[in-house]
Amino acid sequence: MATEVHAAEGATGYIVHHLTPFSVGEGFWTLHLDTLFFSAILGALFIWFFKTVAEKATAGEPGLAQNFVEMIIEFVDQQVKDSFHGKNDLIAPLSLTIFCWVFLWNAMDMLPVDLIPGVATMMGGDYMRVVPSTDLNATFALSFSVFFLIIYYNLKIKGAFSFSKELLLHPFNTVFLIPFNILLNLVEYIAKPVSLALRLFGNLYAGELIFILIALMPWYLQPLLSFPWAIFHILIITLQAFIFMVLTIVYLSMAHEEH
Amino acid sequence: MSINATLIGQMITFTLLVWFTMKYIWPPLIEALEERRKKIAEGLAAAEKGQEEMDLAEKNALAVLKQAKEQSSEIVSLAQKRANEVVEQSKHNAKKEGERLIDAAKTQIEQELQQAKEGLRQEVSTLALKAAEQILKKEINKTEHKALIAKVASQLG
Repeated sequence: MATEVHAAEGATGYIVHHLTPFSVGEGFWTLHLDTLFFSAILGALFIWFFKTVAEKATAGEPGLAQNFVEMIIEFVDQQVKDSFHGKNDLIAPLSLTIFCWVFLWNAMDMLPVDLIPGVATMMGGDYMRVVPSTDLNATFALSFSVFFLIIYYNLKIKGAFSFSKELLLHPFNTVFLIPFNILLNLVEYIAKPVSLALRLFGNLYAGELIFILIALMPWYLQPLLSFPWAIFHILIITLQAFIFMVLTIVYLSMAHEEH
Repeated sequence: MSINATLIGQMITFTLLVWFTMKYIWPPLIEALEERRKKIAEGLAAAEKGQEEMDLAEKNALAVLKQAKEQSSEIVSLAQKRANEVVEQSKHNAKKEGERLIDAAKTQIEQELQQAKEGLRQEVSTLALKAAEQILKKEINKTEHKALIAKVASQLG
């Protein structure tokens, strides 16, 4: 079916096909099954690997897997310690989860663009989009969760009164500029989750698009283009996961600090 | 490309993942790291202490060695002194013994000389007597002149 659609619609059809999610339902209650499935599988992979290592964790000489896991843990812990000075047991595990999960999402980009969609087509599925970070729902789910935590910690640490005062009287500490302050703060607070989600989405969507475009080239050009792009993408996927994690830490540490 | 219920599903998954990580993954790993950090610090401290102890032991050993050397040289010089003494003593003894032997020999020689003299005197007196007898066989009365001969014989010794 899908192949016929490509033939009919040419290059545009091929691209659109690769970027259309496998979904069920109507309107708001549509579910992108591919996004849900792959992110859950990748999350399970992360949990399984880290849990296996954590169970066998020893303070003695670490094995290869433990070494690897400890490297990531120490890296995340260092980032948290650098930016966040309060005491919070949630932030470090949260950062670790974000870093690993987003990295694994992005890493799906390294699979050949036609591999899993091809298998899905053979099994009768029409659409299959394997990189969860190319779905706005996935990136916004993360950034909204972070946003809720920002609001939660603002209220918890500063208290409702102090937080409202900050929203009303910051950055201009005059009663006359309260509306202006509210507007500024609203933009600032909304910009956080939106920029977090769109940055990740944009980078990965563009990256995937370029892989798809390369896949449309003649076969002898493909390695020449996809090889450097894939290498460059190793940097992108790590960097985007890292940026998401660091900004989360920074935003949450801002939520803990009184002005 | 629209926001839909997938968002809610993803948020639930995310919450579960964070909860699991916070409860079962982060604490044991960070604990292991902390414990290893402590172990390493302890090990380093122990190593430093060991080094210090070794330095001290080396110092002690050197002192003991020095003392032993001094003692041994003292013993050697004492032994040398003693040996000299023994040599002196034995030389002295040997000299004394030699002198004693010489004295004994002299005494013996003297005795033997006396004996020989006695023997000779007897023999000479006998010979003289005989000779006188031969010469004076007829004219000299043996008994009459016996006292005279004895007197002469005694003067010969």
